[in-house]
Amino acid sequence: MKKFLKVYNALILAFLYLPILVVIIFSFNSGSSRAKFEGFSLQWYIELFQDELILQSLYYSIIIAVLSALIATVIGTLAAVGINSMRGWKKSALLSVNNIPVVNPEIVTAISMMILFVFVLSHFNNMEMGFGTLLISHITFNIPYVVLSVLPKLKGMDQNIYYAALDLGCPPVKSFIKVVIPQILPGIISGLIMAFTLSLDDFVISYFNSGATFQTLPVTIYSMTKKPYSLKLNALSTLLFAVILVLMLISNIKKPVNKKAKK
Amino acid sequence: MENNVIIDLKNISVAFDGEQILKSINLYIRDGEFITFLGPSGCGKTTTLRIVAGFLEPDDGDVIFDGKKINGVPPHKRKVNTIFQRYALFPHLNVAENIAFGLKLKKMPKDKIDKKVEEMLALVNLKGFGNRNINSLSGGQQQRVAIARALAVDPKVLLLDEPLGALDLKLRKDMQVELKKIQQSLGITFIYVTHDQEEALSMSDTIVVMDSGKIQQIGTPTDIYNEPKNAFVADFIGESNIVDGIMKEDRVVEFSGHVFDCLDTGFGKNEAVDVVVRPEDVDVVPVSQGMLTGTVTSVTFKGVHYEIIVDIGGFLWMIQSTDIQYEGSEIGLLIEPDAIHIMKKSEYSGTFGDFSSYSDEFDELSDVNAGLDTEDSDDE
Amino acid sequence: MSKAVTIGNKKATVAPFSSWMVVFVLVPMALVVYYAFTSSEGGFTLDNLKWIYTYRSTMFLSLRLAFTATAICLLLAYPIAYSMSRASEKIQRNATLIIMLPMWMNFLVRTYSWMTILENNGLINSALRSVFSLFGGEFDGFQLINNRGAIVLGMVYNFLPYMILPIYTSLTKIDNSLLEAARDLGSDGFNVFRRVILPLSVPGIISGITMVFIPSISTFIISRILGGGKDFLIGDLIEDYFLGNSGVVNYNIGAALSMVLMVLILVATFFMNHFDKDAKTSGGGRI
Repeated sequence: MKKFLKVYNALILAFLYLPILVVIIFSFNSGSSRAKFEGFSLQWYIELFQDELILQSLYYSIIIAVLSALIATVIGTLAAVGINSMRGWKKSALLSVNNIPVVNPEIVTAISMMILFVFVLSHFNNMEMGFGTLLISHITFNIPYVVLSVLPKLKGMDQNIYYAALDLGCPPVKSFIKVVIPQILPGIISGLIMAFTLSLDDFVISYFNSGATFQTLPVTIYSMTKKPYSLKLNALSTLLFAVILVLMLISNIKKPVNKKAKK
Repeated sequence: MENNVIIDLKNISVAFDGEQILKSINLYIRDGEFITFLGPSGCGKTTTLRIVAGFLEPDDGDVIFDGKKINGVPPHKRKVNTIFQRYALFPHLNVAENIAFGLKLKKMPKDKIDKKVEEMLALVNLKGFGNRNINSLSGGQQQRVAIARALAVDPKVLLLDEPLGALDLKLRKDMQVELKKIQQSLGITFIYVTHDQEEALSMSDTIVVMDSGKIQQIGTPTDIYNEPKNAFVADFIGESNIVDGIMKEDRVVEFSGHVFDCLDTGFGKNEAVDVVVRPEDVDVVPVSQGMLTGTVTSVTFKGVHYEIIVDIGGFLWMIQSTDIQYEGSEIGLLIEPDAIHIMKKSEYSGTFGDFSSYSDEFDELSDVNAGLDTEDSDDE
Repeated sequence: MSKAVTIGNKKATVAPFSSWMVVFVLVPMALVVYYAFTSSEGGFTLDNLKWIYTYRSTMFLSLRLAFTATAICLLLAYPIAYSMSRASEKIQRNATLIIMLPMWMNFLVRTYSWMTILENNGLINSALRSVFSLFGGEFDGFQLINNRGAIVLGMVYNFLPYMILPIYTSLTKIDNSLLEAARDLGSDGFNVFRRVILPLSVPGIISGITMVFIPSISTFIISRILGGGKDFLIGDLIEDYFLGNSGVVNYNIGAALSMVLMVLILVATFFMNHFDKDAKTSGGGRI
């Protein structure tokens, strides 16, 4: 049974990683075919860095991800604090609203905001979808994830430590910053990271709400796949994948060290 | 009387979600006194404490501190400090930083802070623990840090919310002694909340017995024990046999089919009353000499004494005696006048059948419900 | 009512959130419903709902493919989630990372990669061809792409981690002593699984199913890349009506179809939660 499971798990992992491997291998293809590997070369990496459109949309993606994650983290953390001290129907109403973007299919969230934007923008001249609409839509789908990652930390915290700070003469806002924030910081950070990566990775919502001039990387990739497929995309994906892999390895190595230091 | 009053609660009422938690509480607390709010969970004792601390604003009534009304004054501006149920130490700060927390806010110079922290650590017997991580401390040590942290800011009044609830029995006893010592040496007012009657009896100058949002009795530990005001207090404090009686005239009462001499006066002729007899106040005698007679239904050895349950006319009495009796035997009981306490009939009359002893287990069981129903009233 | 001091002022802390969510979540949702019941001129109409009937085969196809993909995900995910949950803590942490890692590569690029693998002169067929040629045979290649099977494969591939992780989480929450107790009471391995492990992992299964089913039924890219554009799914229709890729822009029909999608998912999650409750109570009783 155990042997069977081992083989089985290996097969599942192969299934998950085979396409990734193919992407990486073909990023070094000297030919331009997505199907046939002709020889090793770095030409697609060179071309990648000469492609202004890709570099620009990467830049846009990062800007949107950073801004939307930060704003969503502020709004979401405050909301979690409020929701945590509420009870009854108000609390469940807010939680239900919070869950809408999480449960709704992405495409429905996307087109619903698109309708709103088109509706509002149609009342103004010279305004079209772009940076603003994109940022708003990303903040909107990021907020719920921040709320959901901060809320359990607040719940798990001994509420009395906040009272203790007040009790010792610390004013409310200062008490919140000095005592509550340190306790829920892991939740805030994981919410921030989740929001950042969701935003960076998002295609569907950006696709409907970005307009023609301000496009994030996934949208650009999609428009490029419609033309003859370029292996530049493989090079790009390989690089991004490598960056994430390295980041994950670093954070993974760091964790156990931290634990030891605490003891 | 009023001159050394530090806290005065006038007509305090609190409701949550339509549920009345406190019903017109009136209470004054003298400076330097060790006062205990005692009662089962959900009685309103913690709520009262939170009103004094400022975590809760009452719907009605005034909170007077040192002669001034402090309703609406936020907690961080009140000169009272709290020891919380599970200590509420700041986990991200070490022991010394926890104790210095309130001092830093007072903009005290650093060398003074360090001195004060050392002083406090010495007071609670934690010398050399300053750099320790909070999570590395035992429950008892955390408790001491919490005390040091609260006392460091020189409060006029210290509020203690079931501070020993999480400790084991031995440690609890030690801490009781230590807390009392600290209170006496510093001479500050302690307001102590507990559901443990033994703790209340052994530590307090004054006990306030509370139930269902009302004060049932205020008095010294001996008053409360010897002269319970109603069946609830008699039942909650110590073990007791509570029976129905009729006050024949001053100093004469009839219960269990026998007329007894007693010491109580001031009741109406033939007034129905509750009679309390403590199990240790009953003498076991031969049947022929007994005022009451009954059959022994069970005997349990308790170390110092035997606990004997006697069936007297269908009502079970509990009696504590150093002499062994045997199940099934007939015995006589002798009750001296000073062993009989007469109480006015109250809403609690008749709620305690047979002998009664308040059980912690019931308290915990009702805790579960209290936690579910009224999260915010927080009366655990 | 008495005022208790809380962390932060309730109203002030929630205000930015609630106003944001009203404007950018609730109002848009209301607009979807509004558009679904109005004509392009703005009057009330039920005409848009007729399109649901027109597209009924697309709906059924979407449902069918999403169900199939979800079922396959469940079958594939359970064993690996189970073995992860029984592994050492160190392996568990790494395993979670390893399962999540593929999701970090752009999903379009990953899906395109399946084209490379599956197409007529793709990796699989080329490999088979070279085997055949070794024996001097001729091989036309299997039709592995541009069919419904490939669409399902794309769904399974993209959403499998969403099934593995929740099941794994629910399995790690099962106390080992519970399994020991079950054994102690005389259950054999299979019975422990059927009567203890399986019922207790139902919450994970439920959330896994929802997390796979919802994106599967609403996808509009996978069908296009791996289905060869032959089969339209609901997602494709909605996209078309909003962005006009096939020349017609009609928000009203698009909104009506989106509403149907929401209703389908609402109904599905309702039944799921219902099932979850049933399983929890009866599962508890059986132990």
